[in-house]
Amino acid sequence: MTRLIVKRLLWSVPLLLIASALSFVLLSLASGNPAAVILGPTASAAQLRQLTAQLGLNDPIWVQYWHWLDAALHGNLGTSLIDGQPVTTMLAPRVTISLTLVLGATVGASVLGVTLGVLAAIRGGPSGRVLEVTSVFGFAIPDFVLGLVLIEALAVAARVFPASGFVSFFQSPDAWLKSLVLPWTALGLGVMTIVAVQTRDAMREALRSPFIRVLEANGISRRSVLFKHALRSAAIPLVTVVGIVVVALLGGSVLIESVFALPGLGSALATAATQHDIPVVQGVVLYFTLIVVAVNLLLDVVYGLLNPRVRAA
Amino acid sequence: MIRRFARKPVGVAAAAWLLLVLVCAVFAPLIAPYDPQAQDLPAALSGPSGSHLLGADQLGRDVLSQLIYGARSALIGVVCAVATWLVLGVSLGITAGYLRGRADSAISRTADLLLSLPGLVVLLVVFSVFPGSLIVPMLVLGGLASAGLIRIVRSVTLTVREDLYVKAAQVLGLSQVRIMTRHVLPRVSSAVIVQAGLFAAIALVIQNGLSFLGFGVVLPNPSWGGVLGEASQVLLRSPWLLVAAGGVVGLTVLAFVLLGNATRDAWTEAWAPSQLSSAPPAGRGARAARAEGTAQAPHADTSGGVLTVRGLSVEFDGPRPVVSDVSFSIGRGETLVVVGETGCGKSVTALAVLGLLPAGARRTAGTVLLDGMDLSKCSRKELAAIRGSRIGYIAQDPMVSLDPNFTVGAQIAEAVRRHSRASGRTLPRKAVRDRVAGLLGSVNLRDPAAVARKYPHQLSGGMLQRCVIALALSGDPDLLIADEPTTALDVTIQAEILALLRRLLETRNMAILLITHDWEVVAQIADRAVVMYAGEIVEEAAAADLLAAPEHPYGRALLACDPVRALPGHRLPVIPGSVPVPGAWQAGCRFAPRCAEAEQKCSAAPVAFTRTAAGHFTRCVHAEARVQA
Repeated sequence: MTRLIVKRLLWSVPLLLIASALSFVLLSLASGNPAAVILGPTASAAQLRQLTAQLGLNDPIWVQYWHWLDAALHGNLGTSLIDGQPVTTMLAPRVTISLTLVLGATVGASVLGVTLGVLAAIRGGPSGRVLEVTSVFGFAIPDFVLGLVLIEALAVAARVFPASGFVSFFQSPDAWLKSLVLPWTALGLGVMTIVAVQTRDAMREALRSPFIRVLEANGISRRSVLFKHALRSAAIPLVTVVGIVVVALLGGSVLIESVFALPGLGSALATAATQHDIPVVQGVVLYFTLIVVAVNLLLDVVYGLLNPRVRAA
Repeated sequence: MIRRFARKPVGVAAAAWLLLVLVCAVFAPLIAPYDPQAQDLPAALSGPSGSHLLGADQLGRDVLSQLIYGARSALIGVVCAVATWLVLGVSLGITAGYLRGRADSAISRTADLLLSLPGLVVLLVVFSVFPGSLIVPMLVLGGLASAGLIRIVRSVTLTVREDLYVKAAQVLGLSQVRIMTRHVLPRVSSAVIVQAGLFAAIALVIQNGLSFLGFGVVLPNPSWGGVLGEASQVLLRSPWLLVAAGGVVGLTVLAFVLLGNATRDAWTEAWAPSQLSSAPPAGRGARAARAEGTAQAPHADTSGGVLTVRGLSVEFDGPRPVVSDVSFSIGRGETLVVVGETGCGKSVTALAVLGLLPAGARRTAGTVLLDGMDLSKCSRKELAAIRGSRIGYIAQDPMVSLDPNFTVGAQIAEAVRRHSRASGRTLPRKAVRDRVAGLLGSVNLRDPAAVARKYPHQLSGGMLQRCVIALALSGDPDLLIADEPTTALDVTIQAEILALLRRLLETRNMAILLITHDWEVVAQIADRAVVMYAGEIVEEAAAADLLAAPEHPYGRALLACDPVRALPGHRLPVIPGSVPVPGAWQAGCRFAPRCAEAEQKCSAAPVAFTRTAAGHFTRCVHAEARVQA
């Protein structure tokens, strides 16, 4: 088990390097010169040349990347080209908001999806059909369109929830929850139906295993057979599904944060990308990759805990 | 294939909608009522009207025209993304799965890397390099997403490459590329089709999400996402815009998903006709025979045993009878073996005794008496309490008979705790552990404490079957049901397990119901034996009598097929034909169509179960005639 974790940690190093190098190279190909972005349209050619040299933009790309990496390893991700704020200071509060949004939606979608999927697998019949149909619709409605519909229905027409904005938990837990309910729903609903269908299939598969019949025939209670043995077997493939869900929801959060005007990483990325604010884009990519690596590591541990064949390795 | 597809209304509707979108994209200038950029300020946010069928946006641009023109960028984007995804995913997936080795690990590692990048984030980075581009980001999206397809195609290829026809092609010396394109590619297709539908839908959502955010095709150029962006700005004043644009995007996404599903279904139906649906429905003759059969009193003495089954009939939904009018009895200290080919209803009979018939099957007649208690009248809860405590069960394959996620000891302990709780005691931990070790010791496992701590994958088949037997004994049952307990084991292990069962029978004062298709098992363990064919008992006798002189032609034929008894230098005999599927049983003797001694009268009427000698019963017209003579 420890070996597995160490192996995974080692594998995450090249992942982080490759992801950051990839986006660094891509961004340096971008048409805009960061010096021009900083100086604005009124700058003279001499000023532009001087700042370009000062920023090290004339160095070969790998030298530039090395400088960035060196600084990043010392906790410095550079400063925003637009307002000169250090990227780490700018993104720190946003990480919390994005994590709250994405992890909240993941946990909600997983808990509800697994519950519905287990019910559909045990009950079968009509409830299974209903799940199938709703899952197609859950998939078909894009999350940001659902977000707009939710705003229209529950914030504009019914005024139950705020239409946009974020309130800190420490300011008012009640308002914090209210500001997150709609974004969570918009982000998580589609994924929840997918988790439900996957759970139902995994449960059905597990319930067909011969050991279920042997255990039940030898007196293990129905409840234990369903919720201890079958669900445990079904949970193993579901861990992989949750891993994919987290990555998908991180992407989806960019849109949802824009729809609901949540000041998270995603909306920072959307703004920075339109403004060619390269250090900020680079910083957000790094944070997102870190989150993915951390979540995958956590899921690998859970996977190992659930599956004795992996744990023994 | 096309005809099958045409019979799926949902698929046809989805295809029709996509065709409509395609026509709009191609002939946009002819169809659209307005120039999508033309502003009609007085009509701004007017909602649906005669002049603007779907209303107009903030600047009075016609929404319908924008959506019609928007179909162009939507389709071009989706086609670019799906094409990249398909080409990369299928070619790299097949290469990785087929060539294995270094190519595989390089491709798989890259795919893992791509899968852990959040796609939308990468796309935003791409947009800052290619602002306003429609095609490049969609190509990148296709490339990123191909990682998922690579995994799927690779795993399908891994199984296909082991198939005989692919091996044959290798032996014939066909080139690698030719085998991959001609033999592997077609097999991968059905998995790809559904995924293609899903991915087209995802690509469309992402593309429109991006133009909603202001990336890619942006206003005043018409796009669906652009209208959605407009809609979000004027949500308060005109929710109509959201309905129109959201509806078009939602319907198109739905159409892609449903088209993929319907094509997959049509594809699988076309290539693999269902086995079950080809079975003829239960004939009237068969049902009449069953009704008469039930009316006949069973001849064999079925009273006073540990287990007595009388006139048991089981049907699957349909209704298709799978077991009809089965009666037998097992006394304490006795082993009854049920013999027959696969598909004769042996296992279903055992499951009916346990009250664990699979979904869709139900007992239609008969009683099951356990020490005089009628199990057929017990509630589900009462039956659950009887399982494990009064009846133990051993299944065919020990490798899959225990939960792989728990130690052997934990599973037996769970059963021990439940049985002790049922009898009103709660055992302390230590007592449970001792009892588990005791049970494992009683099935001749050395070092029971160590075995208890092992997971099923850490034990051999023979050891595992002993553990399953220990589990089955945990409640001190009166009856042990063993469904082909030795079939999956090596010959030497088989003999050990049978010897163990025989010893347990002697020491534990119980009865064993054992199911097998192996005459050697009958010879080694059976006191009495029952031969089943096509859901009914055709012969019952003391094991020695049956082995020495089977009366029923089926019993004789089956015994002649036993490889152990085969004469050297002679061809191993086989019974021509196969067991009729449930529901396709004929009136009269069900074995007659395969029987060498069949006459006209065999198929005329149901045959009675006749006593031919002391303790020997047979369901055959010839035996009937002999007895009467």
